[in-house]
Formats: sequence, structure tokens, C-alpha cells
Amino acid sequence: MSKMTSPTDWKGGAMQARIAKRYAAERRFRLFGLGAVLLSGLFLAFLLFTMVGNGLRGFTYTNVAVPVDFKAMPLTVDASRLGDADADQVIANAGLADIVAFAADEALGDGGSAMISENAWKEVRSAIKDDPELLQGKTVFHLPTSSEVDIAAKEGAKGVLGAKVDALTRDGKLSTGIHSPFFKNADATDPAVAGIWGALKGSVLTILIAFLIAFPTGVLAALYLEEYAPKNRWTDLIEVSINNLAAVPSIIFGLLALAVFINWFGICQASALVGGLTLALMTMPVIVIASRNAIKSVPPSIRDAALGVGASPVQVVFHHVLPLALPGILTGTIIGMARALGETAPLLLIGMRAFIGDVPSGVCSPATVLPMQIFLWSDEVDRGFVEKTSAAIIVLLIVLLSMNALAIYLRNKFEKRW
Amino acid sequence: MTQEDLTITDPKMTAKGVNVFYGEKQAINDVSIDVGTDLVTAFIGPSGCGKSTFLRSLNRMNDTVAGAKVTGRIELDGEDIYAPSMDVVQLRARVGMVFQKPNPFPKSIYDNVAYGPRIHGLAPNKSDLDGIVEKALTRAGLWDEVKDRLGESGTALSGGQQQRLCIARAIAVDPEVVLMDEPCSALDPIATAKIEELIHELRGKFAIVIVTHNMQQAARVSQRTAFFHLGTLVEYGKTTDIFTNPKQERTKDYITGRYG
Repeated sequence: MSKMTSPTDWKGGAMQARIAKRYAAERRFRLFGLGAVLLSGLFLAFLLFTMVGNGLRGFTYTNVAVPVDFKAMPLTVDASRLGDADADQVIANAGLADIVAFAADEALGDGGSAMISENAWKEVRSAIKDDPELLQGKTVFHLPTSSEVDIAAKEGAKGVLGAKVDALTRDGKLSTGIHSPFFKNADATDPAVAGIWGALKGSVLTILIAFLIAFPTGVLAALYLEEYAPKNRWTDLIEVSINNLAAVPSIIFGLLALAVFINWFGICQASALVGGLTLALMTMPVIVIASRNAIKSVPPSIRDAALGVGASPVQVVFHHVLPLALPGILTGTIIGMARALGETAPLLLIGMRAFIGDVPSGVCSPATVLPMQIFLWSDEVDRGFVEKTSAAIIVLLIVLLSMNALAIYLRNKFEKRW
Repeated sequence: MTQEDLTITDPKMTAKGVNVFYGEKQAINDVSIDVGTDLVTAFIGPSGCGKSTFLRSLNRMNDTVAGAKVTGRIELDGEDIYAPSMDVVQLRARVGMVFQKPNPFPKSIYDNVAYGPRIHGLAPNKSDLDGIVEKALTRAGLWDEVKDRLGESGTALSGGQQQRLCIARAIAVDPEVVLMDEPCSALDPIATAKIEELIHELRGKFAIVIVTHNMQQAARVSQRTAFFHLGTLVEYGKTTDIFTNPKQERTKDYITGRYG
């Protein structure tokens, strides 16, 4: 067979064609990769653009200047009671809401009281509480407008309302400022006073509880399974169960929590405590898996070295294995926690989708969480909530990004090189 | 096996009829050997002959291998090390070990050496600990090279320095026996020469057992040599006798390079 032994023809046509084909495949692959990157970049840019565009307006609110003359319309309250705990009630009963509505009608013309937020008088109330002297004279208050006026001022409007808003703008009566109730309040039916703080605090408490439960349990379980447990059919079974548990849809954890924590143990429902427990249940398998992988990647030679100088198994674990596995464990944990932070489904079932008008005061008081607040607001009919929804999304994304940044920081801080 | 030319009157460790199993597989078959107190004992033999396995059963490092089982009797100063009353943590402090690949902890040089004394509470205060660290590093021939950078990571040293650091770490707890499992197989010839020199200097302070697949090394550093083959101890005697006048055909074949 002379053909077999003849030298390879590296310059031949068949060989050149093969080279060209190989180059083409290479180019194609690079183009596809680049296309995929561009597409995901486009999606991300679109998301950020719409969110930031809408959301930034959610952080501000339009106020209107309304002079209130308490000499003409006296508010009859006992000044000595303004420091009492029930001062809010006292002022409300004295009819401040009507006085403010009347003042608005006078200042803004017919229908003026409809142009300010129905909660605007509460701003006046807190101002009075701070400074009772205001009751003796005439003061110009910058009161939040109603949601329609706010949108009309921000986006422009046609018709009667548009004309009125344009007139107010010309007179310099409208002003836009940071919407401080948004950062101080919980949910409300009026966008002028609805805030994210209640949900943010709820989220922080819930995640904190989930972390405090899931992290130690998950890490200890992983340590036991990797370092102590005998390798037999039972531990195999446990490993398979944990892996499956990590893949269970989160809504099922919600049902489980409803059955166990609320119906059986009677833990306060719709609270950060029960939400945290539910999310802990959901995150623990993820932490166990991440921790086991991190522990497995600690070189056995380090264990040998420590055992060789007479360290006990517990000392080997806590002096060597755990510190070396910590970056991986923390990364896995924080990613699990970030997922839990964005979770809504299981919390629906334990009552956290209820309307919660108060900032949660503790782990057992009714609370909601950021993604749930986004879900609730996106469902509202009032157009003012559209931008509040986007603003809430921005807040959620900022929290998530800071958690990821923390993960990266911790990983770099604890990473040891060899 | 001949025993008459052995002049070990005061053995530090004694093995009698030791078998080691990994699950169903028998890795060591009926090995009996005495390790002298002031001697360097070398275990030689072809790969897979069980010399490392036997070494690891001398400080019960085999306990960490799943399915490993040791039968027979191994004594340290006449005390059965596999007896339930023997504390394995203390045993490993008394019988230290240096591994094939240098494995310093990813901590500072100081902390590497100080780790053993710390966990065993050998140093009541900082200056005692400093003294122990200095002594161990000096004995390991590393002090002059690292005394100005004790805070640097042990993993930043060169391979040979890392191995000497591991030796310093092992001798810092003042063991009675030091087991070395092919300590030079990952090192270059210059680093190897330094370790061999070190073994010479440490002789007499600790009983040393070294596993090596380098016969010249065994001839250079040891006074006693044991030749293992297929899990059995073929021949054990003075190093000079083993290399110049082996009694067993298999030993002769191995040291003349016929197999292995």
C-alpha cells in the first residue's frame, strides 16, 4: 500500500478545504458567542433603562404651596395636650382635615381640596406637633398633591386638570422634592404617603432570621456529612434527599410552612419570624450543597498535616477545614440568601401578601417583604403606584447588588492562596 | 527472614505480626519489625509494596482511611498503640509525620511551627512559644533563612524550604519518633541533599523511620534498612549488609535494579 506510506500532502486541496472549514467554524462560534453577550446586554440595558427611567420619578413627589390661616379658621385644641401620646387623635378630632381642605379650596380655586393628597393634612399635623406656635398665625405649607396632580406635573396632562396644573406651575406654586414618606412609611392606599421602608425592614428582618437559622444548620450539616458521617447507604440517601430538596419549587415550602409553623406551632402569621423560618427551610439545602463542595475542595493534605501533629478531628475541622472552606461557604450562602430575598411564592401562603400599613416593630409583628410589595403595588389601579413599583424594584436591586458585593468582598478577604 | 544480625536491644517501636487490610484487600502481610531508638530506619521496596501503608499504621494515620483495618500488635515503648486506652491524638504527637508532598498550612511560617505546641499546650506563654519555634526551625535548618520573615505565609517558601518547615512543624511538639513518607520525592537534588543532611543531624534526637524509593538515599541516610515486597517484609538488617550482602534473592534482584 504505497498510499499509506506516501508523505501527507499538507498543501493539497483537500487539506486547504479542511483548514478553511475549521477557520469558518471558529469564526461562527465567536460570532454566536458575541451575539449571545450582546443580546443579554441589550436585555439588561432595557431593564435598567425602563426601571431607572420610571423609578427615579418614584423617589420624588410634587408638592403644592397652600397657605393655612389658623387665625381665620382656628383649630381649637388644648396646646398642653400636643405633647401627649394621643396628640394625633386630638388634632384629628378637632377637624384639621377640614381646615386644610378649605384652605386648599381657597388657595387653588374650586376643587382645590381634591388637588392635594387626602393625607396632606397629616403633614400639617406633624408640623403643628413640632411647633404649636403655628396655630397662632398664617403659614404656607408645601403639601403633597394628589396622585393625579403629581403625575400630571411630572408627565404633563390634557384637559381641565392639565390646564390647572399648568397654571399652578406658572404661578410657581408647585415644587418637586425627595419623597420622604417613601423612605419612612409602610404601604398605604394613597401613593402620596405609601412607602417602602416597611417592606425593606420586613425583608431585612426576614433575611436575618433565615440566615441565623439556615447558615449554622446548613454548615454544621455539611461538616458532619463530609467529615464525620460514615459513607454508607444512609448517608447516600441523605445526600440525594438534600439535592432533591434544593430543587423543590418554593411554593411547596410555603405550604409546608403554613402547615407546620402556623397551623401546628401557631407562630405569629404574616410575620418576619415565620417568613424567615420558611426561607431558611428553602435556603438550607442550597447552603448544605455549597458548603459540602467547599469542604470537599480543601486538600486532604491539610487534614493529614493537622492530624499528623496530633490535632483532634474537631480541631482539624475548626482550625483548618472550616477557615479554608469559608470563602466558598459564604459565597454559596449569600447567593442562597439573595435568592431568598427575591422570593415571593412561599410567602404568599403564610399571609405576607396582606396589606400591611405599619412598619413592622419586631419579628412577630405583621410584615411584608420587598418583592411582595412590588407585586402588590403593580396590582394597584392608582397610576401613582406605577412609578412607586419601579422605585421599589430599584430598592430591591440595590439590596441584591450590595449582597452580591458583600459576597465578593468576603470571598476575597478570606481567600488563602497556596 | 534473618534476625540474628540485628543489634537493636532497646527498640522504640515494635511490630509483631502486623496485617493491614483495605476492605477485602490485604496490603500488609504478617510484618514484624523493631525500630531502634537512636537509628534511622529506611523502608525500601518497589511501588505498591506496602511500605507507606505500614509506615502510616505506626501512628495510626490509616485510621482516617475508610475501610482500613490493622491486626497484630504495634508497640511504642512496650505499649500497644491500637489498645483502646491509647489516645490517638497523643500518639500522633509522640509519633510525628512528614509527608510526601510538602503540606504547610496556609498560615504564617511562625503559626505553622507553633500550631502543634499550641494545641497541646506545650508553651505556657508567648516567649516560651517563641523559643520552641526558634528551636524547631533551627533544628530543621531553616531558621537562618526565615528568621526575618516569620510572618510570611508558609506556602510562599520554595518546595525544599516547605518540606523543612513541615519537618520543623513535626519536631516542634518534641516527638519520640518521626515518620517520613518519601520526604524528598517532590524535591530537586539540592533540596534533597539538605533534607538528607538534616536527617543525619536529627538522628539520635528522635527515632526516624523513612520510606524511600531511592535506594541511594536509603544507603546514605539509614543504619537499618527493611525491604518490602508485595506486602511482606522480605529482609531487614543493617543498611550496609542489605546493600552489600543481601541474604534474600529478591532483595538482591531489587537493589541491583532487576525490578522495581
